[in-house]
Amino acid sequence: MSERVNVKKKQATPVAEAKAEATLPVLGPVGMLRWAWTQLTSMRTALFLLLLLAVAAVPGSLFPQRPANPSVVTQYIKDHPDYGKLLDSLQLYDVYSSAWFSAIYLLLFISLIGCVVPRAIAHYKAMRSQPPRTPQRLSRLPEYGTLVVPADAGIPASDAIHSAAGLLRKRGYRVEVRDADGALPSLGAERGFLKEVGNLVFHTSLIGVLVSVAAGGLFGYSGQRILVEGDTFVNTLVGYDQFNPGTNFQSSQLQPYSLQLDKFNITFDRESKGKFGQPIDFSAAVTTKETPDAPAKQEILKVNDPVSLGGTSIYLTGNGYAPVVTVRDGAGNIAMQGPVVAKLQGDNYYSSVVIKVPDAKPDQLGFVGFFLPTAFVTDKNVSFSADPELFNPQLTLNSYYGDLGLNSGAPQNVFELDVRNLTPLNARNLAAGGITLAPGSTYTLPDGKGTISFDGVKRYIGVDIHHNPGQVYALVFALLAVAGLIVSLYVNRRRVWVRTGTAADGRTMVEYGLLARGEDHRLAGEAAALRKLFTTEWQLPEDNAADETASDHADAEGTAGSQQTPSRAGDNVAGSVSTPAGPTGPEKDQ
Amino acid sequence: MPFGINETMGQYSELFMLLAAGTYTVAFIAFAWDLAKSSKALRAVDLKAAHAGAPAKVPVAAGVGAGSAEARLDGPAGRAERPSSSTAKANAAGSGSVATADGDMKYAAERRVPARVAVALTTLAVLIHGAGVVTRALGAGRVPWGNMYEFLTTGAFLVAAVFLLSLIRRDLRFLGTFIVGLVIIMMVAASVAFWTPVGHLVPALQSYWLVIHVSIAVLSSALFTLTFAMSALQLVQSHRQKAVAAGGADKLGFMRLVPSALSLENLSYRINAIAFIGWTFTLMFGAIWAEKAWGRFWGWDTKEVWTFVIWVVYAGYLHARATRGWTGTRAAWLSIVGYCCVIFNFTIVNTLFNGLHSYSGL
Ligand code: HEM
Repeated sequence: MSERVNVKKKQATPVAEAKAEATLPVLGPVGMLRWAWTQLTSMRTALFLLLLLAVAAVPGSLFPQRPANPSVVTQYIKDHPDYGKLLDSLQLYDVYSSAWFSAIYLLLFISLIGCVVPRAIAHYKAMRSQPPRTPQRLSRLPEYGTLVVPADAGIPASDAIHSAAGLLRKRGYRVEVRDADGALPSLGAERGFLKEVGNLVFHTSLIGVLVSVAAGGLFGYSGQRILVEGDTFVNTLVGYDQFNPGTNFQSSQLQPYSLQLDKFNITFDRESKGKFGQPIDFSAAVTTKETPDAPAKQEILKVNDPVSLGGTSIYLTGNGYAPVVTVRDGAGNIAMQGPVVAKLQGDNYYSSVVIKVPDAKPDQLGFVGFFLPTAFVTDKNVSFSADPELFNPQLTLNSYYGDLGLNSGAPQNVFELDVRNLTPLNARNLAAGGITLAPGSTYTLPDGKGTISFDGVKRYIGVDIHHNPGQVYALVFALLAVAGLIVSLYVNRRRVWVRTGTAADGRTMVEYGLLARGEDHRLAGEAAALRKLFTTEWQLPEDNAADETASDHADAEGTAGSQQTPSRAGDNVAGSVSTPAGPTGPEKDQ
Repeated sequence: MPFGINETMGQYSELFMLLAAGTYTVAFIAFAWDLAKSSKALRAVDLKAAHAGAPAKVPVAAGVGAGSAEARLDGPAGRAERPSSSTAKANAAGSGSVATADGDMKYAAERRVPARVAVALTTLAVLIHGAGVVTRALGAGRVPWGNMYEFLTTGAFLVAAVFLLSLIRRDLRFLGTFIVGLVIIMMVAASVAFWTPVGHLVPALQSYWLVIHVSIAVLSSALFTLTFAMSALQLVQSHRQKAVAAGGADKLGFMRLVPSALSLENLSYRINAIAFIGWTFTLMFGAIWAEKAWGRFWGWDTKEVWTFVIWVVYAGYLHARATRGWTGTRAAWLSIVGYCCVIFNFTIVNTLFNGLHSYSGL
């Protein structure tokens, strides 16, 4: 490998390196900078930073991460008083936006730019220059062969080189013929410039991916909304239950489309024993309007199948039941009527319910309890839900009255009711007991506080709405990167040299050698293919004369098995002048 | 839902899996026997040669299997170690008298009966295993990679199948014990720790991206398995080559069946390059799927983190191969580390970490 690496290294930063080394003793500030730059853009640093990046990404999977799960992080810090805070100060709950993680990937990308730009320039020059001059001893190349064209074939050395050049050109090589009319005409040929181009495209595209992701974070936004059957979402800021704008978000970006949930269907597994009752299909029928005046459109929203609307994508991310209740206050007026979103708590849609009735008079009312789609009560009086479908729906509630605290202005969680300042009305441990309601039934609260009726059950869905303008670009760059990668790994950059000469007896001697730049296990195959091209072109017999010696040698020592090197021992010696083409071979003249 | 569940098919599938595992076990024994027997035979040849006062020859070495057409292509010596050429017989290069197998990994003329038996048995096992995978798919009415049990059984099938396919072109039988051993471990883990009856997919997995993303992931992992085995052997072989070259005794005789460290490195590089492209696609398709399912293409979910880590480690491996001082042993270590990450991602991350991917069917 070392050989290949040397080439690369020299090619990458020959000047900078030489200079850096030369100035080492008197390293001024400029020299220092240059030295640092050379270090940063070296292959070794790139490798080091890559491995560091891999290591640095790991803690993000070991500790809970804030962006994904802020509440879990808070809990984690509480649960680990000894080191929870310390981890926080090390940014281990925000690994991917931490200073150290960012430093690593930014350095890596700076190194990448410092690597790619000079390489691109060097490659551009290489593509415009002629193939390198013909080496003096082709026999020292990794692939080498000779051919002999008989004197009576009428192909002199100069013709042979031209026809070889033609063949190579047809094969996609860039060819330069040298000394065509001299005694030893030769040609240099090169192909596979696309390999380096692929490599450059690959690395550049990685930068593109990074920039696209960053742009998405700047200009995108996302939000959540819960929709009960019949509800309509309008894409304005107030339409969201929760909204996360990107850094550069402007509310004018929101296109006021609307989406109405008409019906939500779930299919449950009724076939397999192990997973009986598991949901196997969610499907939401929705009506959408691109703008308030646009025609309505019926669409189906499913998991893995978002709806695209007004530059956003809408995803089905959750669902549950919403019991419909009517609460009348002490005066007999309807204080609240409609579906209440029940939050999933356990198996089979065992869900919690919180009902706040601020409009009830004279006292505000509050209810806390559970909704069970198929209620079952055990001997020990523990109730659970036996099935996700509505076979025996039941609401069990405790009730309270007093000031719900909604007027204080502090934001409240709709799924929680703070009962500390409320007076209980119904609970298991009170004389009045708890409230248990089946659909269609009504319960009268004690002390003339009013009534509550359970009217029916609807379904609700949770949707995530995303707008990420960087995403398309990220995809394009990722595809470019893969294309570049494949080209870079599978196009081979090769050089071929051919030299011809005329022997004393009039035969035309041909020798050729191949060299690969970088990894190329198919070089031998290419050599064989070229040989075949030449022999066909010049109508030579399969086992051409110049090889006889070689085969003989192979027979003589090849069977011994230690080496497959047919030629004379002398060839091993550096600077040897003999060539397999014989004493009159082209190489003699230098 | 497209298809129903067929429990009978599921039971057939389990029977096939069991039979396959049994057959693999016998194949494993045959591979081990081959190693033991060949190394003994080789040592005997060595001893004879030593008695005759001749330098040790390599019975399965270069030249015997290679046709004369190949020999003709070869040029002068002195360029033997050039890696980019097929003529680079690492054998001859530098390793002195350390006996290793043919660097081209072509089949030698010599017959290794136990190895043939082992390959035949493995082929049989793969056929039975394939039947198991197919019946599982029929039983569940979908692609057979929807949970850990199915990833493992289908993955093991691919590992074995890829190994057999590569045997058509190269004599990699020296990897047999390693690969078949691994396949057995996967099968046992599947049925003991992760057994799941046939069932429907949860909605989050119902997507054609499951077919694309997971199949490429499993295929790349199968390739990484091959290179892991090769890199491990490469480390052993290079240690042995060094020890023997330094005049030490050859304690690891069975390693003569294995090609030289350099040949192993070259071949595993080529396979790793393919697998890396596969993994790049896995990562990309995963991101596209995540965008479809969850509305964001990247969210540093634990599974995403580890997929990324694996990708970066193998990118590091490809870099290492072009970095001075990092080829050979260090690159092999990176390939091994990468594979450990693959294993970790599949086992620990799927079972102990909870992320969005935790529905993988436990
Ligand atoms: C974002 C980080 C990087 C990643 C993920 C990455 C990945 C890769 C991969 C997968 C390859 C092998 C495929 C090919 O030859 O095109 C490669 C090759 C290469 N990379 Fe990078 N690279 C990164 C950064 C860098 C940096 C910073 C440098 C410069 C110092 C660099 C220089 C090279 C060179 C010279 C090759 C060609 C090696 C050869 O000829 O085999 N890369 N890189």
